[in-house]
Amino acid sequence: MKKIEAFIRHEAFEPIRSELLEKGFPSISIVEAKGSGRQKGIVEQYRGSTVTVNVRPKLKLEIVVADSDKDLIVETILRHARTGEIGDGKIFVIPVEEAIRIRTGERGDEVTQVHVE
Amino acid sequence: MSVKKLGMASLLTLFAAMAVPSMASADVAEDLAAKAMELDMVWVAVATILVFLMQAGFMFLEIGFSRMKNAGTGVAKIFMNLAIVTIAWWAVGYAISGTGNDFFGEYGFFFHFDQTIGSGEEAFNVAASDTMLMLFGLAFCAVSLAIVWGTTLERIKFGAYVVYAAVFGAIIYPLIAHAVWGGGLLADVGGKPVMDFAGSSVVHLTGAVGGLAALLLLGARKGKYAADGTPRAIPGHSMPLVGLGVIILWIGWFGFNGGSTFATEGSFFGEAMLNTQLAAAAGVIGASLLVYLKTKALDVGMAGNGAIAGLVGITAPAGFVEYWAAPIIGLVAGFVVVLCVLGFEKILDDPIGALSAHGAAGIWGTLAVGIFASPRLVVDGAAPGIWYGIFGDASFGSTLGQLAVQGLAVVLTFVVVFVLSYATFAIIKATIGLRVSEAEEDAGLDISSHGMYGYPEAFIPQPEYPSIGHTPTMAGTPIATPGEATAEQA
Repeated sequence: MKKIEAFIRHEAFEPIRSELLEKGFPSISIVEAKGSGRQKGIVEQYRGSTVTVNVRPKLKLEIVVADSDKDLIVETILRHARTGEIGDGKIFVIPVEEAIRIRTGERGDEVTQVHVE
Repeated sequence: MSVKKLGMASLLTLFAAMAVPSMASADVAEDLAAKAMELDMVWVAVATILVFLMQAGFMFLEIGFSRMKNAGTGVAKIFMNLAIVTIAWWAVGYAISGTGNDFFGEYGFFFHFDQTIGSGEEAFNVAASDTMLMLFGLAFCAVSLAIVWGTTLERIKFGAYVVYAAVFGAIIYPLIAHAVWGGGLLADVGGKPVMDFAGSSVVHLTGAVGGLAALLLLGARKGKYAADGTPRAIPGHSMPLVGLGVIILWIGWFGFNGGSTFATEGSFFGEAMLNTQLAAAAGVIGASLLVYLKTKALDVGMAGNGAIAGLVGITAPAGFVEYWAAPIIGLVAGFVVVLCVLGFEKILDDPIGALSAHGAAGIWGTLAVGIFASPRLVVDGAAPGIWYGIFGDASFGSTLGQLAVQGLAVVLTFVVVFVLSYATFAIIKATIGLRVSEAEEDAGLDISSHGMYGYPEAFIPQPEYPSIGHTPTMAGTPIATPGEATAEQA
């Protein structure tokens, strides 16, 4: 099993989500994240003074899939999240030791996603 | 006798008077005078309600300009201040502000019905109408006090509010109100009275100077200035709340300026109210324009500060100037507030711009009377504005004298309020302390001073709320325990 963590622009989320659902990957999580990278911060004007916000809001997408599905997920994210401008984000692939569905106690690959049968 | 019957009786008297004028005219005149007084007091009552509503305006304005961790304290402060200033005004403040010698009033302590106010021929006994006016005066005092705290947000000890509110409501504000409106020194300066219709100096400058004294002893918020002294923005958490506050203040101001006619005669309050609206509008335009030109951004809060500055600017002239002068006064006030906020920002941490919007614009408004006051409207003994000395028929020397008298009111108000306020805050600082600890400031005044958050969900994660009695709703469904799963795999 692999966990795919992707830091993406907010606007890229919806197309990724709907395509993954269509392909049989409904189980995804998002976290509102703030981070910095090559993209510059935002300068806020306020009553004649400024404040520079060096971290910018991004969305962190988390998906756990069977090893064989990893490339399909990465390719889907790349296709929708890439604008070509600085600030598109990054994808990390992390090995996952075990997956357990809380409702039933089942374990293993079949827990990660509900595949269309 | 019921109210209805009373009305019928006076109607009948009126009819009788029409039928046989010679017989009942004296009675009718008396009746009409009483009715006119009652009508006046109804208007003052409406105005009083509007001015008290301004407390909500100050509350939202200050909370919007604060961070989320300091939202609740602003609510507690408004309640506590209004409560203390009410008792202080009733017990002492009203008396100090009223009839007396050149420096302070002497009658009306622990204000009560039928109490004798004044001495000799001018003495009167407190009636319900005097009570209405006393309450109206309290509403003004409470506004002035609310202004003080704008400079102190996010770092002051709550106890300072309590102590200063008592001193301010009993002594500081009443002394200034007495000087201008209570027959004190400024009511007759070499034959000329200071003209301050609703209190650009008496209410607004007084509040702002109190705020300045507090700020000088308090210092800036942690993190406001970088090591090299560069000011940094500490954005308030809600511009919508700021907007709501400004709109409430704006509407309340119709009671503030309109009500300062104290009467319905000739519907004159309409003039004061139109002037108020024109100046507020021009204030928004002036401030928005200038802040955009200077920073290339239309600062949301500054547009609101422009409205307040326009309103403060027209507060003294509202009943003394022609309609054409009101937009000029408001526009200049809008410029003044932007220049002052941008200037003060470099050295003084005034989170809501009270020094600029109430202090600087208050000075401008007081002087504006000396520039634009119309010969049609000036009070007995006063000269019109210098505009009429230059372009009109008024004597230039006399109008210049009036402008000087207006300037004197500014200087005297500033000095008296500053000295008394600085002394009060210095005593507070030396005894109970004026500023919270650094750790408390970091945590926010809500949790450190009140033990609770203004916005709990922003600080307490949901799982930390106790969930006593929670049981899974899946009772009866076979659930594989880790032990069993291991056994199956084996």
